[in-house]
Amino acid sequence: MANTTETMNTVAPKVEPEVLSSPTPRQILLTKILGHKGLMFGAIVLLTIFLMALFAPLLAPYDPYHQDLMHRMIPPVWDAKGSWENILGTDHLGRDYLSRLLYGARISLAIGAIAALISGIIGTSMGVAAGYFGGRVDACVTFLINVRLAMPVVLVALAVVALFGGSLQVVITVLGLLLWDRFAVVMRSATLQLRSMEYVTAAKAIGCSTKRILFSEIMPNIANSLIVIVTLEMAHAILLEAALSFLGLGVQPPTPSWGLMVSEGKQMLLFQPWMIAIPGVALFILVLAINLLGDGLRDVSAPENRN
Amino acid sequence: MLVYTLKRLGLALLVTFAVSVLSFALLYLSGDPAAAIAGETANADDIEAVRLHYGLDRPLVVQYGEWMFNAVRGDFGESYYFKLPVSQLVAERLSVTMLLGICGISFALLTAVPLGVAAAVRPNSLVDRIALFLSVMGQAMPSFWFGLVLIVLFSIKLRVLPPSGSDSWQNFVMPTIVLGYYAMPAIMRLTRAGMLDVLGADYVRTARAKGAGEFRVMFKHALRNAIIPVVSLAAVQMGFMLGGSIVVESIFALHGAGYLAWESIGRNDLPTVQALILVFSMFYIVFTFLSDLLNAWLDPRMRVG
Repeated sequence: MANTTETMNTVAPKVEPEVLSSPTPRQILLTKILGHKGLMFGAIVLLTIFLMALFAPLLAPYDPYHQDLMHRMIPPVWDAKGSWENILGTDHLGRDYLSRLLYGARISLAIGAIAALISGIIGTSMGVAAGYFGGRVDACVTFLINVRLAMPVVLVALAVVALFGGSLQVVITVLGLLLWDRFAVVMRSATLQLRSMEYVTAAKAIGCSTKRILFSEIMPNIANSLIVIVTLEMAHAILLEAALSFLGLGVQPPTPSWGLMVSEGKQMLLFQPWMIAIPGVALFILVLAINLLGDGLRDVSAPENRN
Repeated sequence: MLVYTLKRLGLALLVTFAVSVLSFALLYLSGDPAAAIAGETANADDIEAVRLHYGLDRPLVVQYGEWMFNAVRGDFGESYYFKLPVSQLVAERLSVTMLLGICGISFALLTAVPLGVAAAVRPNSLVDRIALFLSVMGQAMPSFWFGLVLIVLFSIKLRVLPPSGSDSWQNFVMPTIVLGYYAMPAIMRLTRAGMLDVLGADYVRTARAKGAGEFRVMFKHALRNAIIPVVSLAAVQMGFMLGGSIVVESIFALHGAGYLAWESIGRNDLPTVQALILVFSMFYIVFTFLSDLLNAWLDPRMRVG
């Protein structure tokens, strides 16, 4: 015993500087995030779009609802007939395309964020309950997931929006109530793995309440995969809203939604292809950025690359 | 295997039952269906007449029972709009959608599997990068927009393909690409991951060690095992695709079941919408059931679950 304490004493000073110089887990994570090209690209683009949406009233050169029938379908500035007055041109009612695009970003981001929040709350509680309690609860949740997956999302969403009328609130609610399946599936399997961990058993042994175990032991450990699913479902909701609006059963005119802009531009497909190109590219870039961010977060937070 | 099959069948039937209840409930989500059918100009007497004509005055359980009883025999009632049996309408349109689905999944498999294999054989090579690039693009591209871009390119600029209709095989080219491109990324990623896994396995090393040619190792030993999960994913994707064909069909005005669904929603033709929701769900349920069975047959470990 005396021998061990002696060695410990002699070794301790040597170890200490090494420990201090090695980076903390937080620093390692930060380096990895900064070094991940896809993640950084996604985060920067998403942040830019978010800021543009937030400051749309300051950035937009015109009122997105203001019609000017004398100046209809002016092409964007890079076209020979374009001008700096309307950088991205005007639509079939003479509304400034850039202003509509900026306000449209608000719609897309709001729908993505709120729908993912609603479906996240539903799916996560179902998945965690199924994974933690098992047995009948699990059988029940698995059954509900199966039923949900069997329903054709686009068709059901279209039908419900048609019945309740297409407003932003209805679209968000419908998407939120439909897109919880992936949350439930992933959270269920993540919780299933955690349930038999020693620290969960230990928490049970010292008599923690179920609520405490779920919120302080399980939740922090599934947060990583939760964030990844949130990004994926945000992208999914944004694409679905655009598709619904494109089909005429989503957000209704004159609201500036990107899907609606593509749909309105469809009539001018032959002569004014830029009218679908601009909102389509915007949609593509936004979804790409969110997906790259999600993929990057998954890479960075995956336990196998933690060291 | 028999027990497993019966269990899965029981689950599939339960899911079908739940979906049928939900699609039936859709009729009542809007409030009074009789008022919806009669239209905005109808007075109270008209609404009452409609209610009696369609039997909407009876208890819900009776109505559901009758609807389901008839649906099992292939009778989905009468379309409010066409005044024709819904089953006839759906059957006419379904062949187009099924053809489109088969073309789409074939296109996805024929492009995604070779790409996935090529990417796995040389990880981080140019081919791998291109494959990854295509799958990232595919996930971010809105399918309705991709369809319009193809129309601009092939119908307006090059004038080689018709932009809409469903009369000849040329009408199916662009819808197939759009629908197939949607399923491609997932299939490609799974093929790549499966091949990477299998190529590191002992039996592949044994095959190489005993002097089997590279071609033989790839296709006879590796791909045969890596393809199993891909086949079941393809079955599930097929179910999703049939449900997702509604967007593609409406862009290209392809007169399939998805287009019928879109039109029927616009016309408030609820019996047709209900029938289509049930039919599309049934496709998904049947395809996942088959893929579960296929998995269990190929991999005995799955039968326990």
